[in-house]
Amino acid sequence: MSDFSEELIESKTEDDQEESYVFSGTGMSFPWLQNHIGTIATGGKKEKDFAQTTSACLSFIQEALLKHQWQQAAEYMHSYLQILEDSDSHKRQAAPEIIWKLGSEILFYHPKSNMETFNTFADRMKNIGVMNYLKVRLGEPGGGFREGTDCMEHWLWCKNNEYCYRKYLLFVYLWGICCLWTDEDDYAYNAASQSMLNHSCKTSVNLGALIQTPGVWDPFVKSYVEMLEFYGDRDGAREVLTNYAYDEKFPSNPNAHVYLYNFLKREKAPREKLISVLKILYQIVPSHKLMLEFHSLLRKSEKEDHRKLGLEVLFGVLDFAGCTKNITAWKYLAKYLRQILMGNHLAWVQEEWNSRKNWWPDFHFSSFWAKNDWKEDKTLACEKALVAGILLGKGCRYFRFISKQDDEVLRKKIKRIKKSVENHSIVNPGL
Amino acid sequence: MDLEEAKEFKERCTQCAAVSWGLTDEGKYYCTSCHNVTERSKEVINTGAIPNTKIQAINRGLKRKRKLEKGWDWYVCEGFQQILYQQAEALKTLGVGPELKDEVLHNFWKRYLQKSKQAYCKNPVYTRGRKATVLEDNPSHSDWDSEPDLLSDFSCPSFVESGPDSQLDSRTQKPFPISKASQSETASICSGSLDGVKYSQQKEKGIVKMTVPRTLAFCYLSLLWQRETITLSDLLRFVEEGHIPYINAFQHFPEEMKLYGRDKGIFAIESWPAYEDIYKKMIEIAKFLDLPRFPDITEDCYLHPDILCMKYLMEVNLPDEMNDLTYQVVKMTGIGEVDFLTFDPIAKMAKTVKYDIQAVAVIVIVLKLLFLLDDNLEWTLSNIAEKYNEKNKEDKPWFDFRKWYQVMKKSVDEKKQKWEEARAKYVWKSEKPLYHSSIDRAVVYKRREMVVSLQKQFSALTDSAPTVEKKSPSSFQFNWTEGDSAGTCFHGHSLQGILKKKGQSLTTKNSLYWLSTQKFCRSYCKHVTTYEESNFSLSYQFIINLFSFLLRIKASSLHEEVSLIEKRLFKRKYSKTQKKSRSRKRRKY
Repeated sequence: MSDFSEELIESKTEDDQEESYVFSGTGMSFPWLQNHIGTIATGGKKEKDFAQTTSACLSFIQEALLKHQWQQAAEYMHSYLQILEDSDSHKRQAAPEIIWKLGSEILFYHPKSNMETFNTFADRMKNIGVMNYLKVRLGEPGGGFREGTDCMEHWLWCKNNEYCYRKYLLFVYLWGICCLWTDEDDYAYNAASQSMLNHSCKTSVNLGALIQTPGVWDPFVKSYVEMLEFYGDRDGAREVLTNYAYDEKFPSNPNAHVYLYNFLKREKAPREKLISVLKILYQIVPSHKLMLEFHSLLRKSEKEDHRKLGLEVLFGVLDFAGCTKNITAWKYLAKYLRQILMGNHLAWVQEEWNSRKNWWPDFHFSSFWAKNDWKEDKTLACEKALVAGILLGKGCRYFRFISKQDDEVLRKKIKRIKKSVENHSIVNPGL
Repeated sequence: MDLEEAKEFKERCTQCAAVSWGLTDEGKYYCTSCHNVTERSKEVINTGAIPNTKIQAINRGLKRKRKLEKGWDWYVCEGFQQILYQQAEALKTLGVGPELKDEVLHNFWKRYLQKSKQAYCKNPVYTRGRKATVLEDNPSHSDWDSEPDLLSDFSCPSFVESGPDSQLDSRTQKPFPISKASQSETASICSGSLDGVKYSQQKEKGIVKMTVPRTLAFCYLSLLWQRETITLSDLLRFVEEGHIPYINAFQHFPEEMKLYGRDKGIFAIESWPAYEDIYKKMIEIAKFLDLPRFPDITEDCYLHPDILCMKYLMEVNLPDEMNDLTYQVVKMTGIGEVDFLTFDPIAKMAKTVKYDIQAVAVIVIVLKLLFLLDDNLEWTLSNIAEKYNEKNKEDKPWFDFRKWYQVMKKSVDEKKQKWEEARAKYVWKSEKPLYHSSIDRAVVYKRREMVVSLQKQFSALTDSAPTVEKKSPSSFQFNWTEGDSAGTCFHGHSLQGILKKKGQSLTTKNSLYWLSTQKFCRSYCKHVTTYEESNFSLSYQFIINLFSFLLRIKASSLHEEVSLIEKRLFKRKYSKTQKKSRSRKRRKY
């Protein structure tokens, strides 16, 4: 008896969800009893074959969807629809939701389906809801994304508006793709690669058309490009990104340029190309963190224009409050100023400084900042001090404060700074 | 569908400002773009010739109801008669002789009507002029309006109308609301037939109430009487495949026989017939009808186990040589005797034989005798056969169990998959939807319309090539032809490798055997044994599953039959095993 009950405990933990055993006091199990209890709940009637075949049909639909066999899924759905006439009212009432979820997925992915079929389907499902006086919860096709459900419900009624509809389609359709591609799981790799390929091809065909629509499609474009790169279609990716960035119809979108730039960087495109891309970004968002990279590129360029622009860019970056503590920027500026002044381009510096000399001192080089910066980040303070010294002369508060500071580690550096300022300051005390 | 009717309404919707209206079921206007329902309803335009508005209203109500009821008055038993008629026709198409329909089934049915006091007796339940002519009035029953020549072909003492039934007249004096008018106006519970409501409520002791499954029992009784070459499992399979009307048989009633309300519960079936169920009903009806002993089942009858075994052996691709063994088993167990096989409902313990299941059980036993099916010996013997076959390619090949298993497993799995898919796609609902009353008629029809339009959408996505291939009915589900290049036909293979000579005769190399059931249950439950798969070898499970799929029965039924035949075969062992513990038994030939 003891062996038997052990066995029982084991099997119970395995099949906990499926079966439930009716236990008697002696530890015997009567699985058949549970079935009888089940039938008592249904009035002692055995499940009709109608119920059995419809639930089998449902499983077949779900299986077909998993395997992306849209045709088969449509065939089974055709038969499954008879559940809307089930004499069992519970099943009949639960049916529209299931049909909506599965049907919309089929209509999405099936090659022969289009916007009109989808709209008609949605209309009919609405009507079924009205007829049954139930609120049909128009859930997410394909299931699984919480955000934007309201958005989707709204879009669904925009059936007359092509743009609305497309945006909705794309949103929902590609969300799935994003989940696939941005997911850390191995889903993208586990799924049969062939079906993924087919899927992606179909996606790209649809996407190619849809991305033409002006709009902001950032996450989609990003994922799409990743996908294209994954499959080795670099030209396609480049084309998409270029269109996305340069097409005038599209709203001005700094990210587009960022994506394009990153892509070109990966491709190891020539510096000229990279510069041209970033130039536009500079015009849109001068404070972008890529501006420092831009500066580096410009600095190394042979063209004078570019080098001048490099200085502009740096100043531009530091115009923004968000970058005041960016040590790299200050470092670059310090270095570059020295470089430029040694290259006898005082005019460039003066040009840049003219528009800023009224407000930069208070903005960056006040005594408050001096103390603050020194407290927080001494290296930063040093770089700033150098810049301050060059631009404002050694008499400025910032420079004086820093040069008075005594710090073991930085003593040498401060000495060097003093020397640089001596040499390069644009403020000529004599004048 | 409502847009045409709502065209005249030209106002703008208060919520969405569109001009696009439809009509709800209550006749109110609703906006089709935002579904705002207004309080404006469609005015009835056609007032007709009757000026008085009160009469107008009443008439409208009556008009509608009358439309529903236009047609014949019909009784439920007429409906069943229609179904039987259709089924008999279908059987005729399948090759059964016409006597089945014209004589046998007809007589059984008449006898039933008589026994259940619905017709052909002194005071049938339906009085007031609805006498025996209930069957002859309908023109569609042209073949069945022969004289009620009751049971003249039966040798037993025929009973006459004035027989013992007349003394039970008191039973027939039931208050029965005959007046048509009153019934049709009570719209809450109604039925297309005249007695639908009463019929479904009736629960009389001793009377077997006719149901749709019982029509099949009738069919089978007739088939058995005629000793036709259709077994019960064949019949049920034909029903499932749609060759014999059953599920929506009422669809083919004449147009004028309106069916709704309670009739739905009587005639609309949503389950396929199960073997055990129909079998039980068959015996029940035979007893109820007081039928005499059926014609003998002799050795040359299709239903005799020798012949059925031959058929099934061929169907599952086993060698013809196995027939010798099945023949021997049948002989030894005595299940080929005329008295054993022939159905006699009047006997004290009405006994009948499940011919098909029994034949298949014999084959299972033969396989156990030859191969033991203990997940071991059969494979060893296969190895030997394989080796022999490789060396002697010219000779008749020895039967290789493993090869057979592989071939059969593949075929059966394919067939099973297709079968499951076909079942999942099965359309249960009739073409015209059934409704309970005039109130929900509109809802039901609307719902159906919705379903149809949705279905159209999805069928447009599928291939234009029609997937419905209705197979032509065949007794054989598997076909194996000799000389097949793939070498998958085993009919001609030899059992030489597994038999050995013992004096004048051959015996099996295997000398062991195990019983499918050690002990039979003696209590009141329905079954004498249970079938717990895990207790048995995989080969045995495969064999049982193969045959139970073939016959579309439960594996436990087949297992039980196997056990019962083994009981006969090993009589002595069973009497001894009452006291012995569980162990393998040895059995020598």
